[in-house]
Amino acid sequence: MQLHTIWFVILAIFWIGFFVLEGFDFGVGMLHAIVGRDEQERKRALSTIGPWWDGNEVWLVVAGAGTFAAFPGWYATMFSALYLALLLVLVALMARGVSLEFREKSENPRWRSTWRWALTIGCLLIPLLLGVGLGDLLNGLPIDSSHEYTGNFFDLLTPYGLWTGVTLVALCLLHGATFLKLRTTDRVRERARELARPLGWAAIAGVVGWVIWTRSVAGGPDVPQPVEILAVIAVAFAARLAITDHDGLSFAASAVAIAATVGSIFIDLYPNVMVSSTNAAYDLTVNNTASGHYALVVMTIVAVIFFPLVLLYQGWSFHVFRARLKAPPESAEGQSRPEPVAPQPG
Amino acid sequence: MTNDLARWQFATTSIYHFLFVPVTIGLAFLVALLQTAWHRNQKPEYKRVTRFFGTLLLINVAVGVVTGLVQEFEFGMNWSSYSRFVGDVFGGPLAMEGLAAFFLESTFLGLWVFGWDRLPRRVHLACIWLVAAGAMLSAMFILAANSWMQHPVGYVLNSHGQPQLNNVWALFTNPTFLWGYVHVILASLVTGSLVMLAISAWHLRKQSKVEAFHHTARLSVLVLLPAILLQMFVGNKLGEIENTYQPAKIAAAEAQWNNCQPCSFSAFQIGGGNNDQTPTQVIAIPHLLSVLATGTWNGAVIGLNQLQKEDVKKYGPGNYIPDVFIQYWSMRVMAYLGSLIALLALWGAWLIHKGRLARSKWFLRAGLAAVVAPFVMNTAGWLLTESGRQPWIVQGLMKTVNANSPSVSSTDIWISLIAFVLIYIALGAADLILMLRYSRRDLDPDDGPEGTSPDKHAPTPAMSY
Repeated sequence: MQLHTIWFVILAIFWIGFFVLEGFDFGVGMLHAIVGRDEQERKRALSTIGPWWDGNEVWLVVAGAGTFAAFPGWYATMFSALYLALLLVLVALMARGVSLEFREKSENPRWRSTWRWALTIGCLLIPLLLGVGLGDLLNGLPIDSSHEYTGNFFDLLTPYGLWTGVTLVALCLLHGATFLKLRTTDRVRERARELARPLGWAAIAGVVGWVIWTRSVAGGPDVPQPVEILAVIAVAFAARLAITDHDGLSFAASAVAIAATVGSIFIDLYPNVMVSSTNAAYDLTVNNTASGHYALVVMTIVAVIFFPLVLLYQGWSFHVFRARLKAPPESAEGQSRPEPVAPQPG
Repeated sequence: MTNDLARWQFATTSIYHFLFVPVTIGLAFLVALLQTAWHRNQKPEYKRVTRFFGTLLLINVAVGVVTGLVQEFEFGMNWSSYSRFVGDVFGGPLAMEGLAAFFLESTFLGLWVFGWDRLPRRVHLACIWLVAAGAMLSAMFILAANSWMQHPVGYVLNSHGQPQLNNVWALFTNPTFLWGYVHVILASLVTGSLVMLAISAWHLRKQSKVEAFHHTARLSVLVLLPAILLQMFVGNKLGEIENTYQPAKIAAAEAQWNNCQPCSFSAFQIGGGNNDQTPTQVIAIPHLLSVLATGTWNGAVIGLNQLQKEDVKKYGPGNYIPDVFIQYWSMRVMAYLGSLIALLALWGAWLIHKGRLARSKWFLRAGLAAVVAPFVMNTAGWLLTESGRQPWIVQGLMKTVNANSPSVSSTDIWISLIAFVLIYIALGAADLILMLRYSRRDLDPDDGPEGTSPDKHAPTPAMSY
């Protein structure tokens, strides 16, 4: 395999890792105010992602920076073309990150509700807009012979891109619900299970529609490809298992569903990295956007050394905090116990 | 116009980002020191101050991280021509930052925050040190990338005239990088220790938890003193390096329009911008500029007018002189405030020696006021570095004016600029409110040394974000 192909695969893995890991963070963020009816429960719902979301976000950073390093031409065209969409993603990421950190720091109800909304909307917008962006890579955007985007913001909102975004939002919601079920007990878990039924159907509809649409957008054979079939099977399993007590299996299934969906985008894309709807000759490919051989060798060595390390310590962090979050004893919950003076950072 | 707006946006967002970065780097290191002290002596008040300053650290990390994402995206969004042109070299360190540093910092921060009652003590202590290391590593890769813009090394031009990396080692042994990186780390230690000093001073003046905050005041002075003294040497050395590779930057910082030998240092002047070559010099110190810029008593400094002529010969017609006003004053703001901080640190050290640190009313007052200084100095430092590189975005290789995104309109940038400014004001306000609130809060009295936290039964929810 050539180095630029290896880097295309690495970037696809970063994007898959991002959606699998941040997917449940976004899902929990969107659902936290529904599965939690009072402050205690909302806090518990958000605590399920507490130790991890910040590290999960880095998968997006390495996807972006890795594109910059390995395919500067792709990075330049994609980020400038998706300008306003990425602006919104940034705003949403800021809202999400800061509200998770700041919401607890004051008991003022208005402060709380402001951050609650910021969190919910932020977590909805990020997968939606990134989904639009990824869908557009495959669907094609007006790009000229010098690889410059010639459209405006509304040209980004292609129907296929939007459907990709909506599908990813639905998958994140289901993934968040299966994750909440896995990590909580009592009422929070019950509500997550109740929500899983409609969310499961929505995700199935999203993925099935997406696979059919993708077949016509991506060209090639009319029959769904193996990874696309995997996505459909996984989402069906996830939806079915989410209403049972097989918490671990249903979470695994929703993770596979997200991974297979995001993975399919990249499989269908290769060897292109951005399709030009203006003229197929202007397509950006792994070939015409990649860095030189030396730079790719250096980056490959760096990735071979550090990426396994990252997997190791991130995996360890998931292992350390694997226990379910239990509700506080009833006695404590009844009385208006003073907010534990979060001595703790965080 | 579009280009100017893109520059305004990058300047605004990066200066803002760098208000938080040095606090994070500096405080992470200091919190790690505090926790190490607790680990050694087992005194409960050390645990309390560790957690107290840990909370402040986290508030800043939150803003630092999200504003850092903006920087990461901005290269492609606003500067796509630049990204396309230099990605082969410049993209590498950014990706390395993510893989080697950013993952490390954020994963172990999560482990540290939530691991208090979960992890063995030693492991938990290692987590905060890894956070501190991750923050410093992060800065290393960013500085390596930035230094390449100041003094490009380790590349060849390919057939399209584009720079391609051919020696990665050169990126990390670039003299501009080595000195610039040490400069930034010291600036972060100065910032962190001044923040810690100010908060400790506030509590000492209120006579609250005197013993605990006496420890942190002492620690901050003991970190500040060597950091600021070294910094004066390193800053000066960095000036010499830049004078070698970017003579216009330093000549502009000294408002030195014509060749001189020996050169006197203008300590203060009125007027003297780009359209005014003969300012009213108020104070000039003979030989000092020669010493500062070249390290010799009678060293020669080439003037801006001569540099301009050389550059025109080399690169074709154009204006190669950076903004003299910005250069001149950012240099002086740094040097003068730095000297004042050095005096403050010496004063503090003397008081520690006399055993009067916690009782000196005037020192505590000064220590509180000094918290503004590092933010001003850090900003001045980046203005000097980045404005001094103009008109180049990569010294000698690409001009800033050619670097922005052709497909992005002024309207796009206006929208994003306004959005960022509004959000950053809101973020800044929230951060400031929280910092003030949490800095003034008392240490948690119930938070005993050994698993006696009030939320023992449900440790994780209480420690959630």
